[in-house]
Amino acid sequence: MTSVVLVTRRGFLGAMLSAGALVLCARVLPARALQAATGKDDATAWYPSVYVGIEPSGTVIIVAHRSEMGTGIRTALPMVAADELEADWERVRIEQAIGDPRYGDQNTDGSKSMRDFYQALRDAGATARLMLVRAAAVKWNVPPSECTARNHQVVHAATGRSLGYGELATLAAAQPVPRPEELQLKSPAELRYVGTDVAIIDLEDICTGKAVYGIDAQMPGMVYASIARSPVLGGTLESYDDTEARKVRGVQQTVVLPPAKPPYAFQALGGVAVVADGAWAAMQGREKLKVEWEPGENATYDSEAYKTSLYETARSPQKVVRNVGDVDAEFARGGKTYEAQYYVPLLAHASMEPPAAVAEYRDGKVLAWAATQNPQAVQDAVASALGIAKQDVTCHVTLLGGGFGRKSKPDYVVEAALLSRQVGKPVNVTWSREDDVKFDYYNAVAAVYLKAALGAGGKPTAWLQRSVFPPITSIFDVNAVYGDPGHLGQGFLDVPFDIPNLRAENGPAKAHVRIGWLRSVANIYHAFAIQSFVDELAAAAGRDRVEYLLDVIGPSRKIDFQAEGTVNPNYGKSLEQYPLDTGRLRRVIEVVAERSKWAKRKPANGSALGFAAHQSFLSYVAAVVEVEVDRKGQVRIPRVDLAVDVGRVIHPERVRAQFEGAAVFATAVALTGEITAVKGQIQQGNYHDYPVPRINEAPYETRVHIVSSDALPTGVGEPGVPPTVPAICNALFAATGKRIRELPVKRTPLV
Amino acid sequence: MIQLTVNGLVRQFDGDPEMPLLWYLRDELRLTGTKYGCGIGLCGACTVHLNGAATRSCVTPMSAAAGREVVTIEGLSTDGDHPVQRAWKTVTVPQCGYCQPGQMMQAAALLRAKPAPTDADIDDAMQGNICRCGTYQRIRAAIKLAAGVT
Repeated sequence: MTSVVLVTRRGFLGAMLSAGALVLCARVLPARALQAATGKDDATAWYPSVYVGIEPSGTVIIVAHRSEMGTGIRTALPMVAADELEADWERVRIEQAIGDPRYGDQNTDGSKSMRDFYQALRDAGATARLMLVRAAAVKWNVPPSECTARNHQVVHAATGRSLGYGELATLAAAQPVPRPEELQLKSPAELRYVGTDVAIIDLEDICTGKAVYGIDAQMPGMVYASIARSPVLGGTLESYDDTEARKVRGVQQTVVLPPAKPPYAFQALGGVAVVADGAWAAMQGREKLKVEWEPGENATYDSEAYKTSLYETARSPQKVVRNVGDVDAEFARGGKTYEAQYYVPLLAHASMEPPAAVAEYRDGKVLAWAATQNPQAVQDAVASALGIAKQDVTCHVTLLGGGFGRKSKPDYVVEAALLSRQVGKPVNVTWSREDDVKFDYYNAVAAVYLKAALGAGGKPTAWLQRSVFPPITSIFDVNAVYGDPGHLGQGFLDVPFDIPNLRAENGPAKAHVRIGWLRSVANIYHAFAIQSFVDELAAAAGRDRVEYLLDVIGPSRKIDFQAEGTVNPNYGKSLEQYPLDTGRLRRVIEVVAERSKWAKRKPANGSALGFAAHQSFLSYVAAVVEVEVDRKGQVRIPRVDLAVDVGRVIHPERVRAQFEGAAVFATAVALTGEITAVKGQIQQGNYHDYPVPRINEAPYETRVHIVSSDALPTGVGEPGVPPTVPAICNALFAATGKRIRELPVKRTPLV
Repeated sequence: MIQLTVNGLVRQFDGDPEMPLLWYLRDELRLTGTKYGCGIGLCGACTVHLNGAATRSCVTPMSAAAGREVVTIEGLSTDGDHPVQRAWKTVTVPQCGYCQPGQMMQAAALLRAKPAPTDADIDDAMQGNICRCGTYQRIRAAIKLAAGVT
């Protein structure tokens, strides 16, 4: 059940509120929000608390507890609460939360802010509204049923009286907290902000240069550090000479940070830090350091040889993670088969703002300002590194200059905290671009092998897929070599095909670099391989790609994983609430085909359309991409069409923006993204050798077609990437006859 | 001693003349709207106007700014109402926003040079400015809106 309690613990909102304010703590225990979020009923594991405050002045304060990195979540989640509260948006002030488990999960990744907190924020807003209504009823001595909340005031229609929220705040705070069954949530028709394009709250500051990111955070007396780290993961410092470094004007001292020990998790990597008056002096000092490293066992890592080993693993039987029917028997019948293998390299995040934070250690406590996707992970990692209590780490969250998963890992904040303890001053750690590219938590390199037996019309009668990639869990467990269920559930074992014999296998791969989450994660390589393979099969059968994929997906149904004995992690959500519904997948495919004029468009010579569709983060997306290849093999993308079903849309304009951006992100993955290693050292370092699309290389136009839905809100930030990558490659095949089986495309000459 | 003008104010600097303008603006003047992105002139996040020309401040030593006029995003307009800023807000260009000061400074310089830019002009002028969020189609739309050529 949902319980909502009013707390008098004003200290938690701290300086945000003045005396006499209504402070609402909506602590939503198990019931719908918890089950919706985790599919589990475990009150101890989840403790979401969303805070709404109303000042006697009438200002409504809503705490944004998720990180803003461009999705608009700092606007959209407060909108949900403000809507149920019937607040006047002009009188809402949004305060960014510090890291604190009492807010519930704050790890802004997995495209889950809205799906996990939509209900909690609705409940918080509706609770405050009901308490205000009851306060007015008491004041007027009329039944609450005669009072309505409307635009920041409570109105008694019969007598024409009204009272503003500010006037009611103190009295409302004295009202008993409503029981959950008393809450009356708005009907869709009553919603005033949800579903509209409210201006994002940071827009003015961003456009005037006032917005504060991690790199901009300042503390009095702050110094700057630049850190030389082992070029090979796990390498140790052999010797160093800082004589020249300390001669650089502005350099104060050098500090040796101890090496991280596996598993690396979110530890500071260690190395030699140059501490200086300014960022430039610190960087210059570091340039002058002479450091010798003992590279350690990862010096054997060579990404080309590693690729060969992944392919070898992918071509031999591996651990079965999903099994339907009898694939081997069907293959043994001796009919026509088709096989292919695909490869996606390591990928770096390369967000425009590199990892950056400032931290101060004083009297056994740490105060940090960081561009972080997860301030609670900052608390944990800093506390662990410094041997202090988690509650003694206060982490303020700035805006993030891009995150894409990198800034869920707070190693750079730990560096700042460790250095501050050493030098006795607040320390700003700003990674250089080279640091960012060379010491990232990369998206896993992967090989995927596919084999199909083909029946009538070229439709598969048996399907075998094998995925091999070093798992993210390797950063937490040195022995982890197999994919964890969560990442096997990203477009692999949840493949939604109507094939009677289907087996998915996963092989082992040891990590030699830190592996991490990157926008859509394992969906990147799984969707690329599977949606490319489907395109190959359709081509071999001489069938229309869209019609063929619809055939392979089969009729509209909710896939019953349980009946077939498959555990589908389903992004942490219950399959009852969020079934994998092939009807919704079919619908986005039909919409994208129609809106892109798939069947009718006749691109010019050298141009062609490509298509793919994929479900991820509980959202359904279909893509049609037009590519143009010139005589030199240069690729341009004149147009992308994306049809998306993300459930109820809270902020349509930001949803479109996320999918427009996903098309560009996918272009980088498809065409140019590649991290390689020689002798354990990463070969790339900046935007010249890890290029990302520029304005003349990105899709010229991305049209986002939102399929209207009243289903629960699902992921928005990530799901646009997975289908767009294979759609680009399938278009390139259509344009050139060159099949792309290894990313990036730049590895394959197109002419 | 290097003398320069920043957003209309005369400033004097007696530090390392090789220090890039970017770090002077950020660390000494606390004008943090100008961003570090790559440090080698590849991404455009650090773009400012130097005597009116869009310039990568991360590769512009202080010595090269001597006697010149620097305008940063903070000085582009008095209250965020430069046509480029207005267009950026109307179109809601930014996602994370980090690269946008550089994008706007570049776009403002483009529009000064070419008040009615074509797509090719926009590609030429803006391809030095990376946006990892991928807001390019809105950047293009906003430039055209600011130019009144939409």
